[in-house]
Amino acid sequence: MIGAGQAGLAMSRCLAERSIDHVLLERGEVANSWKTERWDSLRLLTPNWQSRLPGFGYEGDDPDGYRTMPETVDFLDRYARVISAPVYTNTTVTSVRTADAGYMVATDLGDWRCPTIVLATGACNIARIPAVAEAMPSGLATLTSMQYRNSDQLEDGGVLVVGASATGTQLADEIHRSGRPVTLAVGEHVRAPRVYRGRDIEWWMDAAGVLDERYDEVDDIVRARRVPSLQLAGSRERATLDLNALTGIGVKLVGRLAGVNGGKAQFSGSLRNQCAMSDLKMNRLLDTIDEWAAENGLDGEVAAPHRLAPTEVEDSPPLGMDLAAGAVKTILWATGYRPDFSWLDVPVLDRKGQVRHDGGVVDSPGMYLMGMQFLRRRKSALMDGVGDDARDLSAHLASYLDGRVTPGAAPG
Amino acid sequence: MADTSTKVDNGVNVAALLDARKALTDAPEAAQFQWRATCTWVKGTHSLSTVEGYFGLGEEHMHKTKFTFDADHPAVFASEDNGATPVELVLVGLASCLMAGVAAVAQQREIQLRSVTATLEGGMNIQGILAIDKDVRNGFDGIKVHFDIDADASPEDLEALVARSQKLSAVYDVVANPTNITVSVN
Repeated sequence: MIGAGQAGLAMSRCLAERSIDHVLLERGEVANSWKTERWDSLRLLTPNWQSRLPGFGYEGDDPDGYRTMPETVDFLDRYARVISAPVYTNTTVTSVRTADAGYMVATDLGDWRCPTIVLATGACNIARIPAVAEAMPSGLATLTSMQYRNSDQLEDGGVLVVGASATGTQLADEIHRSGRPVTLAVGEHVRAPRVYRGRDIEWWMDAAGVLDERYDEVDDIVRARRVPSLQLAGSRERATLDLNALTGIGVKLVGRLAGVNGGKAQFSGSLRNQCAMSDLKMNRLLDTIDEWAAENGLDGEVAAPHRLAPTEVEDSPPLGMDLAAGAVKTILWATGYRPDFSWLDVPVLDRKGQVRHDGGVVDSPGMYLMGMQFLRRRKSALMDGVGDDARDLSAHLASYLDGRVTPGAAPG
Repeated sequence: MADTSTKVDNGVNVAALLDARKALTDAPEAAQFQWRATCTWVKGTHSLSTVEGYFGLGEEHMHKTKFTFDADHPAVFASEDNGATPVELVLVGLASCLMAGVAAVAQQREIQLRSVTATLEGGMNIQGILAIDKDVRNGFDGIKVHFDIDADASPEDLEALVARSQKLSAVYDVVANPTNITVSVN
């Protein structure tokens, strides 16, 4: 198994239950990405109770709270100890290639041969930066959400935050409050209230079965896997951090960053439609929740249904910004993440660099993938989602080792 | 024989579009299209444009007939008004692209359309094109599109239909986002 985050650990526990010998190779420590690649103030977007890993879960007295990064690392560290996961830390995989009836895994600490392999390095190894970044005028500080730790890193002055999903909105909020005026370039995003009818939105999505929707049951899985993560934040106040909240503290909204030309940023005229689509998506989710609540007799028990005010967009949002004029000192890319498979020397990547797989069963015998958006279920990339995937895929892996399944056939 | 009388039919062959989407995912080079137009000066501000051939799916194609478009400027510009103003043709392009999207998405979502009308307005300060004020842009200062749709669907579904159509529209993208233009002359 490559990677000792929640996905690798959950799989380790499931394989141990089946007495399948395995090791986890980890470039750093357990939960390395959480420990070293996130900003200081980040809390998980899912509440504490929603971290039900195989044989482990939250037992503290704040089930509705959201873990800080040190608490997340500690939680996964304890899981690794409780399940006695055979983790080889500080072991960097340099290549994986096919070798007779299995794989040869080269690391900086020696080679391993294995009949099966699980890629559990996660979906967020590299910050995505759009091509327009190359045209940015020199003299501006640029950094990615992966490099950002806190606002003290930034020069005084304005900041253009590009991207308005969960990462972009949280950083826009924090940076604007630090006294650096933020302009937020808004592309596709999905709005959601943190708490709805008195309960966490994640509670509703879990209870109503939204998070359990399977990859082979949705209309268009390619599109479903591309949908940005919900615009949520984990805070003590359990506050909703949407574009209206940001506008309320003075953040300036502009359209998607469409180009940079002659030192000027060009913003798309699509802001109104991006916000309309996001509001519509949110309202469909809330409709689903309301229907489920009514069917399950919760209407008397929880607060009445309500809808959030539509996202406010000014009449004529600016279509451009002179980046050389001095008002903006920093560009912060919050334009998403992608996995890093540069070490994978097995021809399983499509032309977009994504692993070809069917619900985590990779298009190469005995190879499995975990921890990706909507891998097998809507919740696959969540702490709470890797458990069910690990149960399914460990069963497939066991059958494969027994010679009982055809390579590549998807589990039921 | 199955009763098809209640089937949604907006005259869009969605199955063919979905097949094309699948085929072009597997063969990205075939997705490269090139659209063309030719424009000839007639007299004054009057011009005649034609579209006929285009390239796509790896080969040359012809429209089933040559389409022509007169363009001119109206009398208030001291012109003879022999055709639509070019900026009106831009509105026509945007409207018809969004309209095609509405029909296609409605078909895919099984929404029967009875009538759809889009009304467009593009505001413009002509101090820009007359070079009176260099701070005024030549183009539209904004475009408003209003759809009137009579269909078997909730208001929310119709809003979603129109939103999706904008997201998928080529002309919406052309108008809303910058495009590099290279002009040469002989």
